[in-house]
Amino acid sequence: MAVRVEAIREVREPSRWIRAVRDFCRKRPLGAIGAAVVVLMLLVAVTAPWLAPYNPVTVDFGAMLAAPSAKHWLGTDAFGRDVLSRLLYGSQTALIVGFGAALIGATAGAVLGVGSAYFGGRIDLYLQRLMDIFLSFPLIILALAMVAILGNNLPNLITAITIPMIPRCALVTRSSALAIREMPYIDAARAAGFGHARIMLRHMLPNVMAPYLIMLTAFLGQAILLEASLSFLGLGVQEPTAAWGLMLRGAAVEFAEAAPWMAVFPGLAISLAVFAFNLFGDSLRDALDPKLRTL
Amino acid sequence: MWKYILKRFLLMFPTLLGVAVVIFVLIRVVPGDVVELRMAGDRGAVSEEALAKERARFGLDRPVWEQFATWLLGVARLDFGRSMWTGAPILEEIKLRFALSLQLAVMATIVAVLLAIPLGVIAALKQDTWVDYAVRIFSIAGLATPSFWLGIVFILGLLIIFKWLPPMVYTPFWVNPWQNLLQLIWPALAVGYRYSAVATRMTRSAMLEVLREDYIRTARAKGLVEKLVLSRHALKNAMLPVLTVIALEFAFLIGGLVVTEQVFNLNGLGLLFVQAVAHRDYTLTQALVLLVASAFIFVNFLMDLMYAWLDPRIRFR
Amino acid sequence: MTHRYRESRLILAGCLALSLALGIALTLPAMAQDKPRYGGELVFVVPSEPPSYDAHQEETFGVIHPVAPHYSLLLRVDPFDKTGTKPVGDLAESWTISKDGVTYTFKLRKGVKFHDGSEMTSRDVKASYDKIIFPPMAMKSLRKGAYAAVEAVEAPDPQTVRFRLKWPESSFLLNLASPWNWIYKADTLAKDPWWYEKNVMGTGPFKFVEHVRGSHWVGKKNPDYWDKGKPYLDGYRAIFISSSSAQVAAVRGERAMIQFRGFTPADRDSLVQALGPKITVQESAWDCVLMVAMHHEKRPFDDKRVRRALTLALDRYQGSQALSRIAIVKEVAGVQVPGTPWATPPDELAKLAGYWRDINASRAEARRLLKEAGVPEGFAFTFKNRGIPQPYEPLGIWMIDQWRQIGLNVKQEIIEASAYHPMLKRGDFEVAMDFQCGFIVEPDLDLGRFLTNSDANYGKHKDTVIDDLYVRQARAIEPEERRKHLRALEKRLLDEEVHVLYTLQWHRIIPHSSKVKGWTITPSHYLNNQLDTVWLSQ
Repeated sequence: MAVRVEAIREVREPSRWIRAVRDFCRKRPLGAIGAAVVVLMLLVAVTAPWLAPYNPVTVDFGAMLAAPSAKHWLGTDAFGRDVLSRLLYGSQTALIVGFGAALIGATAGAVLGVGSAYFGGRIDLYLQRLMDIFLSFPLIILALAMVAILGNNLPNLITAITIPMIPRCALVTRSSALAIREMPYIDAARAAGFGHARIMLRHMLPNVMAPYLIMLTAFLGQAILLEASLSFLGLGVQEPTAAWGLMLRGAAVEFAEAAPWMAVFPGLAISLAVFAFNLFGDSLRDALDPKLRTL
Repeated sequence: MWKYILKRFLLMFPTLLGVAVVIFVLIRVVPGDVVELRMAGDRGAVSEEALAKERARFGLDRPVWEQFATWLLGVARLDFGRSMWTGAPILEEIKLRFALSLQLAVMATIVAVLLAIPLGVIAALKQDTWVDYAVRIFSIAGLATPSFWLGIVFILGLLIIFKWLPPMVYTPFWVNPWQNLLQLIWPALAVGYRYSAVATRMTRSAMLEVLREDYIRTARAKGLVEKLVLSRHALKNAMLPVLTVIALEFAFLIGGLVVTEQVFNLNGLGLLFVQAVAHRDYTLTQALVLLVASAFIFVNFLMDLMYAWLDPRIRFR
Repeated sequence: MTHRYRESRLILAGCLALSLALGIALTLPAMAQDKPRYGGELVFVVPSEPPSYDAHQEETFGVIHPVAPHYSLLLRVDPFDKTGTKPVGDLAESWTISKDGVTYTFKLRKGVKFHDGSEMTSRDVKASYDKIIFPPMAMKSLRKGAYAAVEAVEAPDPQTVRFRLKWPESSFLLNLASPWNWIYKADTLAKDPWWYEKNVMGTGPFKFVEHVRGSHWVGKKNPDYWDKGKPYLDGYRAIFISSSSAQVAAVRGERAMIQFRGFTPADRDSLVQALGPKITVQESAWDCVLMVAMHHEKRPFDDKRVRRALTLALDRYQGSQALSRIAIVKEVAGVQVPGTPWATPPDELAKLAGYWRDINASRAEARRLLKEAGVPEGFAFTFKNRGIPQPYEPLGIWMIDQWRQIGLNVKQEIIEASAYHPMLKRGDFEVAMDFQCGFIVEPDLDLGRFLTNSDANYGKHKDTVIDDLYVRQARAIEPEERRKHLRALEKRLLDEEVHVLYTLQWHRIIPHSSKVKGWTITPSHYLNNQLDTVWLSQ
């Protein structure tokens, strides 16, 4: 037990971190590229107010459907709004939803999975059935119901996207936690009279960190894609807020030929973001736990 | 073994019951009801009297628990009732769309398997070479492309380049195979690509894992031709997780192709689903959710059995 | 008629204009001279599907488009009248109205046969109208309220139908031309009043062949149709397509010839550009309008100065120019569709609040009113809009931007399409999009919703003056008198009290295959769908 704790501490040392990052970049160039794009996106999202040449919601009928030019690098949409500015601000929406949903989904899933594995027995059985119900429930219905019942604002959208992620993460963390539960040091900890909460938090959770991180990065891409799909269907973020999926809705499809820039750039942004997150997540999985399969 | 099968089989029912309860409550909590929606049309205002008459006709004026009990008893006898929107029997509504959805799911699976297995195996064998990178980029791109986007690009591409559009009305395969394939091959490709991305990744990682196992090393050491190693040992063991992914995706495809069916105008279950929810057609939505969930749960059950059969340790856990 | 185009700054505008000019040149003379040709199957797209087949109980064009060709009406709207307001006989050959305006007597055509071969008589007309006006106990009838004036429907002899009214009503004749009032067979209704929900059997130009749910509807020519020489088509096929991009693709890929509801301006341009002279475009003002309901019981919208400021902020003329390129709206209109008999002329309209030609003066007045009403600069409220792309979403974005220009900070909340109507009914809003679509442009039908007790009075205004003006115009026999009351009602509704505000009139655009002839656009997508006059040029 003592050995394990030390090992974890050691990883936290800065020099090890830098070396690990350097190692990761050298061994997994694809993952490094993905990570670079993710970092770039984060920077863009934070600095959007300074980077964006125009206000993303100001309508300008004088510049409707303008093609890309020096004035509007990526053209304008049907309301004369600058596509580049909307893309930049849209990255904020994408990242807030992506990180929000993935963090909540993976964390809740991990807690449920570990709890389920730790307590076992009847609790495990009931939790498993509950997870099964949500796993087999069609996502679009859940999203639609959430949005129609609660109204569609950002927090509800995040909730709707989170719900299907929880059981998936719980499934994966549970099986990792099951293996740890059998370890003698857990029995030892219990014999020493530690409380359930302490054993789970101090001893089991750190050991499912690898699957947790892997699920988290996998969810990030999925959440961004889901947000885009739901916004495209009119169930997500709403006008005039800038969001990538929303930019593809309505006029973008109608003007797909006459003003292709309206659809091409947000489409590319979505793909690039999801691509980068997946690339990074995949390599992270290969590095941390090659045996783990993320569905 | 039989005891295990029976246990897993019986465990399906509480899950299904849970799904039934959730959807029954959920669809009724969502604002807007079927009667109001159907009568509001384009003009909006309807008298309360007309609304009440119509609600009584569907039994919506009775207590919720009574409605639930009636519905559940019907389901137990495989009688799902009638659609509240069209008045047609639910089974008839579903049967009509099932053929198309099933065929599309099968075709997409074929596309996916044909792409995924070779690509995944090659990528694993050539791990960390440019071949591996190319395959991974190709498959991650599949995951990163929104399906609605790909469908629209397909249709526009066909229209602009070939000035041609796939047939809009479904012809069963046995009536006219050519017409049938002309319509379904495009959505099958669009769906199959994303689907293959998932399967390729799984094939690759499963293969990698198996290749590291001792007996493969032994087989290789014994001087067997590498090709033979692959086909005889590695692939067979790696197939199980791949099969799981394919089976689960297949179950999802039957009712989950909402946007693709919309874009290609396919009269399938996914579109029926969205319409049922938009119409707040309680009976139809409930039946469809149950159908999709059962497909999913049943596939899971089969997979559990498969694992148990291959790995006896599971049976005794 | 093909439409006059406004200058377009789209890329490819030149190319577009050229192909359009070609299209007009080719189709105009052809329409005037050609003799109808027999044969062929008309394939058209229907964006919605019939829930049941009984139009008396339904409220969607999804029933009218595929099913109407199987039925006849007592009267119908002249299929060649572009205003869609001229009643002509369908099963009725002629009619007389008594001097006091309360008895309408119709002579029916002889030798009209149902599709089962039986003769149609006045009994059938009476039974059908009885079902609409006095439905059996458990049955609903959506348009019962429109015939509140009817005392009784009588069939004194097999060729005569008589309507007796309780009071004279100037819109009654047009009301009988309603496209929903299909004539059913009396014997069938007597056996089972619900029969027509699931079956089709009428006297129309086409007989029923099949309906495959979610897919298509097929009809074939009725050789025994009463109007000898019609219909021209051998049959028709209606394809149900819900996605709007798939609908456009169907016409563009020549899998369908026409869609009778309407396409967007962008769709029109891409079709014309892709197919050139193979496409003919018909356009008309559309008898649908999005309004803004302001809740009269919620502050500060209980103050008419605030409501007035909201309408004054809108630059409708610039909005019309810009939005007509991207949304299905165009005409600046009052309570009646421009180009129809009771519409307010533009010069008079320009006197109403929010219709002034000088937008700067209008916005200055709006700001002054807000200040006077104690509404601070940057005041925030939520505008609830419906989650439907056309034209709800573009209009929402436009209005929010217009309101921003008088210092209001408006947030939009999109309500899922099906949850939207219950929201309006509950009154769960401060300011919300409201909508209205009519089947015939007629003040009685369009304005009834503004009565204090109307089910559609979502903003909950109480105004006996409006109620009184409505009754006066409805019972006025002299057109001039009716016009006067209508103007007064419009001024009170939109200018003095601003109970609601009108956005822009919808604009109906039908780009169809140039092969389709003999079909004329009207302001309503519920009209002109019997297809007896339609023919294909090749």
